[in-house]
Formats: sequence, C-alpha cells, structure tokens
Amino acid sequence: MDFALSTDQTLIRDSVDRFVADNYSQVQRAAIVASADGFSRAHWEKFASLGWLGIAFPEDRGGFGGSPVETMILAEAFGRGLVLEPFVPSVVLGGTALAYGASAQAHHDLLEAMIGGEKLLTFAWAEPGSRYDYGTVETQARSDGSDLLIEGTKLAVPFAAAADTYVVTVRTSGEKHDPSGVSVVLVDRETPGLSRRDYRTVDDRRASTLEFRSVRVPKANVLGELGAGLPLVERIIDAGLGALAAEAVGNASVLLRRTVEYLKTRKQFGVPIGTFQALQHRAVDMLIQVELARSITYYGTNALAGDAAPADRMRALSATKAQVARSARIVGESAIQLHGGIGMSEEYAVGHYFKRLSMIELELGDVDFHLRRYVALGKAGGATAASAAAHAVAHA
Amino acid sequence: MDLSFSPRELAFREEVRDFIRAELPAEVAAKMQAGTELSKADYVAWQRKLNARGWLAPNWPVQYGGTAWSVVEKHIFDEEMALGGAPRQIPFGVSMVAPVIIEFGSEEQKQRYLPRILSSEDWWCQGYSEPEAGSDLASLKTRADRDGDHYVINGQKTWITLAQFANMIFVLARTDQAAKKQEGISFILVDMTTPGVSVRPIVTIDGGKEINEVIFENVRVPVENRVGNEGEGWTYAKFLLEHERNGTAGVAGSFQLLERLRAIARAQRSNGATVLDDERFAERVAAVEIELTALSYAQLRSLAAESAGKRPGPESSFIKITGTEIQQAIATLMMEASAHDALDPAEHSALWYFNMRKTSIYAGSNEIQRNIIAKRILGL
Repeated sequence: MDFALSTDQTLIRDSVDRFVADNYSQVQRAAIVASADGFSRAHWEKFASLGWLGIAFPEDRGGFGGSPVETMILAEAFGRGLVLEPFVPSVVLGGTALAYGASAQAHHDLLEAMIGGEKLLTFAWAEPGSRYDYGTVETQARSDGSDLLIEGTKLAVPFAAAADTYVVTVRTSGEKHDPSGVSVVLVDRETPGLSRRDYRTVDDRRASTLEFRSVRVPKANVLGELGAGLPLVERIIDAGLGALAAEAVGNASVLLRRTVEYLKTRKQFGVPIGTFQALQHRAVDMLIQVELARSITYYGTNALAGDAAPADRMRALSATKAQVARSARIVGESAIQLHGGIGMSEEYAVGHYFKRLSMIELELGDVDFHLRRYVALGKAGGATAASAAAHAVAHA
Repeated sequence: MDLSFSPRELAFREEVRDFIRAELPAEVAAKMQAGTELSKADYVAWQRKLNARGWLAPNWPVQYGGTAWSVVEKHIFDEEMALGGAPRQIPFGVSMVAPVIIEFGSEEQKQRYLPRILSSEDWWCQGYSEPEAGSDLASLKTRADRDGDHYVINGQKTWITLAQFANMIFVLARTDQAAKKQEGISFILVDMTTPGVSVRPIVTIDGGKEINEVIFENVRVPVENRVGNEGEGWTYAKFLLEHERNGTAGVAGSFQLLERLRAIARAQRSNGATVLDDERFAERVAAVEIELTALSYAQLRSLAAESAGKRPGPESSFIKITGTEIQQAIATLMMEASAHDALDPAEHSALWYFNMRKTSIYAGSNEIQRNIIAKRILGL
C-alpha cells in the first residue's frame, strides 16, 4: 500500500491541471456550455491524443494498461476543473461495458474507436419506474429472429445527442425486478424508431430522454450474455461510482479552497469574516468532509482495482457513494452559506461547482439508495432488496 | 499509488491474528467481550505478553525496543488487536511520555525509564489539566520552585485517567512565575510514592472511577527529573498532544465496538425480528461503519505522510474529531438498541453512552481541535 503518486501519475494529474488552466476559465467554459454539443469536440480530440481516454484499458485494446487509480486521478482533476466533456459517460460507463462485455470483434473495435476519440458512447439504464435500482428494467427487448425489438423509455441519458452508440439495459425475459433476464445491448443513435428529447441539465450538461419504439438491433449487439447481463451492469455502475466519487472530491476540494480564500478576504464589521469562530468551525467541517470523501474514494478505487468478489466490490462502492454524497452535501451547502449572497450569483464560479456537486450526489444512486444496497449486500443470505438478489445471481 | 495490501502485509496480518489467538488470556477476552472493566493485573498481563514478543512499543526507535514496522503494518497491528478483542493500549507510558523522553530526554532518563515502561514496572499517568486550566492549558498554576538540587512542587492536577494504578506521573509545572504564559513551564517526571503526592478519585456520571485528582504538597523532586530544558515544557507538551490525538481517535477500537453493537442489536427482538433487521436501524449502523471506513483510510494517509518524514501535524486534529464523534455515535446506537435494558446498570450500554461523552472533551476538546485546524491548516 502506497498513497504517493508515481512519477507517471503525477504527470497525468499535472497535465490535466494545465489543460484546465489553459482552457477552462469561466468565460471559456460558458462558451462550451452554450455550444451545440455542450462540450468541446476539439478538447475531446485532445484528450484522445494525450491518451486520457484509454488510460485504464488494456494495451491489446488500444489502451495504456493503467488501472482505476489512473481513472480516479483523471476524474478528480476533471472535477477540479468543472470540465464538461463526457469522460464518465463515454470512457468510464461505456468503456467498462465494452471492456467487460465485449463478445465480438465489432465490440473490441468500438472500444478502440472510443479510445481513439472517433466514437462517443453513453449508458442508458434509468427508467420512469426504476429510480436508482438498475436491476429494475421494464424496457422490453423481444426476440425476432436474429434481432431484438426494443420498446421502452430511458431517462437522464448523459450526452445522448452527441453519443454515437448507446449501451442500453433491456429486459429479454422475466418480470421487471427479476435479476435474470436483463441484457446489455448496443444501440446506434440513428437507429429507426429511436427518438430523443434533449435538454440542458441544471448543472449545464446535456442529457436526453430516449423513447424506443420497435427499435430493431441485431443480437450480435448484445454485450456479455443474453439474459444474464446484471453482473455486467453492476460492473459498469461500480466503475461509474468510483469515477463520480473522484470527480466529487476534485470539485469539493475547490469549493473548500475558494471558501477559505473568501473568508480571508471578505471583510465585515471591519475584519475578515474568517476571524469569526462560527465561520471557522464550519470551514473546518468542510475540510473534514473533503478528507473523508477522499479517503473513502481511495477505498472504493482499491475495490475496483483488485479482484474482489463482486458482492464485496459492490458493497465498497456503495459505501463510497454514500459517504461521498453525504460529504458533498455538507461541503456544497456550506460553501454557498459561507459565501453569502455572492454564492447565489450566477456570475460566480462557486455556484456552478455547487450545482455539479449536488447532481453528482444523485447520479447512479443517492445516499439512501446506497445505504440500502450496502446493508442488503452485508446480510448473509435472506436479503430482500433487489440488489442483494442480483448479487446472489452474480454468484450462482 | 498502490492502494492494495501486499502479500507481505497480508501475511503480517495473519501473524498478528495467530499471536492474539494464542496469547490472549481467556478471562481477559471474556471481559472484553462483555464490556466489563479490566483490572490493572489484566492490563499488565497483556502488556507482558506483548513485550515478550517485542510488540509493546511499535512506535519507538528500534534501539529502544521499537519494531521498525511500516505505517501500514502498524495500522494492521492496531486493527487486528481491536478486532481480536485485545485490551486497548494504555497510552500514558508507551505512547505519551516515552516519545517525549526519546525526543527530548537525557541519556540517563532513556536508560532508566524506557525499560521500566516495557517491563510494566512503571505505570504512568498524565498531569496536565488543572481545575482552572482545561482547554486553556497554558494557564496552569502548579508550581515547581527550585530548592538546591530539587524542585518543590505544589498544586493540583485533575481528570487524571487511571492515576490509581500509576506509580509515575509526568507533570507540567511552572518553574518561572514571572515569565509569560507558555514560557516558564517545565516538563517534570514525578515518582508518585514521593511524600506529599495524594490521589483522590473522581466518580464520573456513569459511576466509573477511572479519573482522579492528584494533589502535590511540597513534593521534592530531583532536578534531573526535568525533561529537556527548564521553561521549554510547553513545546514538549504540544509534541505529546499531537501524538496523543491519533491514538484518541480509537479507529481500530471502533470497528470492534461495531461488532458489540451488532451483538446487542441481534439479541433485541420485536415481533420476531431483531433490531438489526429493522432497515432504518441497520442503515444508521451502516452510515457509521462507512464513515469509520473512510476515517481508517484517512488515518492511514496521515500516518503515511508522517512516515515520509513529517511529525504528526494538525491533520491529527481532524482524525481526533471524527474518531471521537464516531465513538459517540456507536455508543448512542448501543443505548438505543438496548431499549428497556438500557435502564439496568448491569447492561452497560447507557453507562457507556454516558462515559463516551468524555471523548469529545479530552485530549483537547473537539472545539479546540477545530480552532487548531482553522489556524494551522486553513490559515484563518
């Protein structure tokens, strides 16, 4: 065990920080937010050429043989910079789906194209009736010869308007909560019958509601095993949880730094407001939460990196998300409160960090969901929660 | 960065487990399980086992009996000791006065006191707080007046944990009455059998008798019992406090307390289900366990930074705050899990809840720790 960054890892972190310093002033960022895609294709190409998109994937797949630690370092740096490019949706969620679910040459090729920056991916799992339970799947995929016919609705699909290919969870058999009968399938954006409602999210990203009406895809598009896709979904979600946690840590550490700077410079009653003990202690509580979030993120990243049993990995990642989300809430709200009125202003960066951090709290499951998942996975047998049932299947 | 345990570290974990299984006396294990107080003999018996193995003072330099373990190995050791139900380390000798003696003491003091700590011949206690000097420790009034080769100590120290077991006390006393507050304080080692030293128990709200007052009336102590320079005791005191904070976080012990909490919650039933089956309760336990997991990694990070050449700094304040809040949260859950049984003193959970109030007060209250972080980390 060694907490120090290696030379290579330090280089990665510094190169992202430099990129952010050069390309992510508030004005530059506002221009990207207002652009058609909501992120910069030029930046994305740069990410590809610098190797950031493939850093954690095996070398024989066009990657660089890194580990979830490298993903953590990148995601944290993106979090610090409030970077808009779809790193988590395309690289972490989409990339993990392909890295663990590829069963045909076309899937391997797609991963390489994603790593090269030619193809953009995203992950479509949430539904009107699922809330955060990724095991609840009502989107139906009926077998029709060598094809699947997909019918259903997916919510909050990140950057779907720009993504070329969607990784979609569908039900190929069973009832909506059944752990078996879930499949993971690739669907191209322009497939007939697939329609979108695109919107700009409250934290200035892009997302879409997808409607599948008799969307026909070949069965060759199935990742992993038909009808037994839940372990793959869990793998994808866990990878996403790790990266989101790191992004939150980067974000929260900036909120802490900026808040402390503000406390030192803002004067009221003739003195810097940072001389008031009530405000000092609230700032200290922010620091404590940033440290706890960072520490649990290391723990979760370790669970992703090792060959932990799926149930242990899932439990570690739920612990990570529950703690990070709880810490994020305290840090975000305190940052706004300690800034006072200026924290409410659209012109001021702190509010933008706060909005992103608040949405990370909800993404891929909030505190309550992950506490429940953690408890359910910790029970020896007899679990009732869907995720624990899923875990039983994953082990069967 | 490599966040996993190496094969060597995993093997070491097994070694510690085997040691505890083989050496922990059954009656001590039973008391630990039940949460009953240990006697001095219980503690000493365990310390002797550890010493025989060379594991009593892992943090000391090897030449004095330390283990030269890495921070990760120390962490594993602490964790296994707690999970294995071994008695907690009594810190006053091994972890408090010894590092001060090693860092600032004379060669004679090292030769005399360190072996006696290892052999459990000496039991140390800490003479810091006074009735008028709590959080504002530097306002202490106990005086040590020079009289030839001796200091004559007069004053009153309070909140002294397990002084009833101790034969030695380290005392902060004012050797220069004219100097400014933090100056003029010296760090003095006192044999408690010296005439004029008396110990009076203070009964706490849980009925416990673990803390005491120690009164000094014209106690004559040889000048060579002063550690380091006269008037520089405050520097040594702060050095000790930073060492103390990491220990008071009780991270490893809290993992063990969680097991006890689960045992209580499993034994309590309503409508055929246990309290641990109650989802809301289970989630509250989970939230504490998760925070403790985060803290345990935070402590590892802090220790790793320390081993990279830094002494424990203000980060230890954050560990102390969170660790003690977690200890209290577990105590609260234990009491709540016990329901009606909590009223019965034979069932310890409410008493434990009362007792645990101390953790956010001692070793520098959590508010003082926040002041330290605000000033020294955040620069406010």
